[in-house]
Order: sequence, then structure tokens, then C-alpha cells
Amino acid sequence: MSVWLSYRLSDFLLFTPHTYYRLFALYNRAVWPLHLVAFVLGLALLLLLLRGGVWRGRAIAAILAACWLWVAWGYLYQRYDTINWAARYAAVAFAVQAGFLIVSGLILNRFTPGADTVHRIGAGLVAFALLVQPLFAPLFGRSFLQMEFFGLAPDPTVAATIGALVAIRLGHWPLLIIPLFWCALTGATLWAMAASDATLMPAIGMLAIGLTVWKAWARTPAFAGHDGPL
Amino acid sequence: MLDRRQLLSSLAAAAAATLLPRLAQAEPAPFLTRPIPSSGEPLPGVGLGSWRTFNVGDDPEARYSCAEVMRAFFAGGGRMIDSSPMYGSSQDTIGYGLRKLNAYAEVFSADKVWTTSGGAAQIAATRRKWGVKRFDLMQVHNLLSWQEHLPMLLEMKAKGRIRYVGITTSHGRRHDEFVQVMRDHPLDFIQVTYNAADREVERRILPLARERGIAVIVNRPFRGGPLVRRAKREKLPAWAAEIDCTNWAQILLKFIASHPAVTCPIPATTRVDHARENIGASYGRLPDESLRRRIAAAVERF
Repeated sequence: MSVWLSYRLSDFLLFTPHTYYRLFALYNRAVWPLHLVAFVLGLALLLLLLRGGVWRGRAIAAILAACWLWVAWGYLYQRYDTINWAARYAAVAFAVQAGFLIVSGLILNRFTPGADTVHRIGAGLVAFALLVQPLFAPLFGRSFLQMEFFGLAPDPTVAATIGALVAIRLGHWPLLIIPLFWCALTGATLWAMAASDATLMPAIGMLAIGLTVWKAWARTPAFAGHDGPL
Repeated sequence: MLDRRQLLSSLAAAAAATLLPRLAQAEPAPFLTRPIPSSGEPLPGVGLGSWRTFNVGDDPEARYSCAEVMRAFFAGGGRMIDSSPMYGSSQDTIGYGLRKLNAYAEVFSADKVWTTSGGAAQIAATRRKWGVKRFDLMQVHNLLSWQEHLPMLLEMKAKGRIRYVGITTSHGRRHDEFVQVMRDHPLDFIQVTYNAADREVERRILPLARERGIAVIVNRPFRGGPLVRRAKREKLPAWAAEIDCTNWAQILLKFIASHPAVTCPIPATTRVDHARENIGASYGRLPDESLRRRIAAAVERF
């Protein structure tokens, strides 16, 4: 144990920041114009959270599952794995998350968006992941070509998924496990690279925990205004 | 007809004239080599590491840059390149560079076995990535499953499938066990972390390596980069000229290379100019004990 404690976070970094960010540039170039499809799916996700028919829970789950599957295959396994041998395990975790989304949202139809403050914050997080998060690359001095997009890159996909999960009516702790794990992992990676935006995904993870706890608390009879058993 | 060693000496002399033109005008700068104690084979005093820097995936531009780093390294007389299966795509990048430069005669190939089982299969896969017929040196990475791998490596050496056997550690870890393996097994090489700021190995490991006749490769000569970046913010001291150094990287590398137990440090870089600086430390005079103390004192003040 003392040996492990002697490591610093940066000791686990397998690549240079230059290589890490160039990976996104090469990936974006290779998958274009898939960005347009991903953006339309992201907009659809946002609209479905804000309005829609009885089938919208299933549509939300289908969009998210498709994005997680693509990121697992198209980015983590095909691209990130070339510089990080641990990415193949992350790809499996992303595929498992897609399975969870399909079972819970598509098959069991448990994704019903709420209409409260938490729901609005969740939808706001989806909008942030779709419209603002890609701009972090140029905002923090990186090339436009290195932008990370919802549906294609892990971080905005995870952020939007967290937003959608907190926006739906029921608590979904199990579905948050893999996204929260990714928030910690990507935060650690960016922190080891001394990236200016290293704290963003961990902050989103903390927000997800806080909102989910709040949501669960708000659903308790006492909080909802009912008399509890005294 | 020139043999491989004569050819490399001639290349190194030519490189000395290129790298150190002012010295070359006065007199040829001596090219530093150190013998591998178990065989007497001379190795150039600076090698090339690949941790992080060569892990560039299948990025064609980055692979090209890495091959140019290798070109500068070989042109300066360098030979040893070190990698590991742990280093992502670094082995593939080295293989690409060797093919591009057709540098199979120049390279002293050093890699590692890093797995809990299936070491032979991993070594075979690594060899295919490098594109070499056999490795010069195969090491047990960070002592991982050394009880299984070391007998296998010694058998491979006996059969001529590798030339030398070694073990590695880094960051000053597991030194007690490391020392025990050094005492109990016929090693040709060890690889440890050593630099002007991290000198733990001077206490037990380096003296034991001399006593046991084991060559020493030094990893993290710049602490992974921060040490040389910090040093380069300082003015180059006047005494740098006494050891034919034109930059801080060379001072830090010569501090390491001047320890009598050390065979070669293996700095890693993504930049051709840095590769030239690093291999430049293979030329000229080395610091004596008093100058070593001054280098260590200067680094302490950083």
C-alpha cells in the first residue's frame, strides 16, 4: 500500500497533453460529418426533455444509448485505446451503460421527465453539454479542431446523460454509477495534464449527486407536505 | 571492411564535429562510451527513452516527428532505445522509426516484459512491433512477476534469443527487493531512477551494481521533464564550459553519466532540438567530484 501512496497522479499519465488533444482533432476529421447527426440527436434530446408525448422517455433512452455505444466504439476503443490501454475497459463500461439505458428507459419505460426545478437544471445541463462544452477547447487555448462534441466525445456525452438522468422523475442511482466514475477518471486525467478545465466534469458529477439526493429527499412524504407516521 | 563497432565510432566522430563545432575546431571532443560489465561491449553514454513521448497512437505527423527524433539521436552516435509494453503505442512508433530510418544496425534495442503471465508471448508481440530479429536487452518491468520472468529471460539469453537480461524500477520504489534480486541473480543490467535531485540509489544500488558488475540504465533523468524545464530558467553557469556543456540538459545528463556505476541515462523527448541537446551530453569532458557537488547544489537551490 505504501508503494501505491508514493505515486503521484501524473505518474499514471501515459501520454503528453499534446497527443491527448491531437487525438480529438484527428477523430473529428475522421468522423465528419457525423457531428451534424450528433448535434441533431442532442437537440432532439433537449426538446424531448422539455416537451413531448408519452413515448418521449423511450426516445430519450434510445438517443443516449446510441451515443454511449458510439463513444464506446468510435472513440474509446478505436481512438483512445491507441494511446491508453485502459481505454478498452472504459469502452466496455460505456457499452454496459448503453445496455442499462436500453433496459431501464427503452424496455421498462422508466424515463419520464419531471417538471420541477431539478428537471430544469437537468435540461440546462444537457444544453450546456450540447452548446457550451464544445467551446471549451478554443476558450482554453486549444484548436477549434480539438473540440469535444456531445454524442462523439465522452465528456459532453456523459455531462448530457447526467443532465437527462437528473431531469427524469424517478431517482436512478444505478444509472449514475458509470457516468460518475467517468467524471472522476476524466477529471484525474486532465488534472494530471494540468488542464485548466480539469475540475469541470468532477463538478458536474458532484452536482449530479447533490441533485439526485435533493430529488430523493423532495419525494419523501414529509418534505412533500404529507403527514409522516408519528 | 568496417565492422559494426568501427562504423558506429566513425559515425560518432562525424557527429561530434557536427554537434560541437567549436570544440571540433580545437580538437575532436571525446565520445563517451561505457562498457557493459558482463561483456565489455561499449555503449554510448546517452540513450533514448520512450515513456509518454513516443506514445502517439496512429497519428502520422507525430510518428514522423518521433522518427526525426530517432534520426537526430542516431546521427549523434546514440544507440540504446528503451521501451515497454506499458508505454501504449511507443513500441509501434519505435518500429516505425526503425523501418523508416533502416536503423537496425545502429539500434541497441531494450524493452521490457510487463505482465503477470504469458511473458514469452508478450516478448514475441513486442519484437514484431519493433521489427527486430532479437532484442539486445530484455528487462523485467518494475519487478512485476520477476520470479516467473527472470528464469525465462535467462533461458532466452542462454539460447541466444536475447543478448542481455535486466530488471527495472522507478521513482525509488521496492529497493529492498530490487537489491535482493541483484544479489541473487546473474543480471547484465538494472534500470533505476537517478538524477541530481533524486539520489537515493547512490546509497546501496549503484555501489552494488559496481560490485556485481551490472550495467546501469538511468530513467527519469529530468524527473519526467520538470527538472530540466526548471533548470533552463536559470542562467547557464560559467563552469558549464569546463565540462563542454552548452545547455542545462547536458549538465544534468553529465551529472548522471559521471557516476562511475552508470552506463547511460535515457532521456525521452518529442523534439529534435532536445534530442540533439541530449545526445550532445555524450561528448566532451565529464564533471569531477567537486563539479558534481556544484551541480547538485545548484539543483537543490531550484
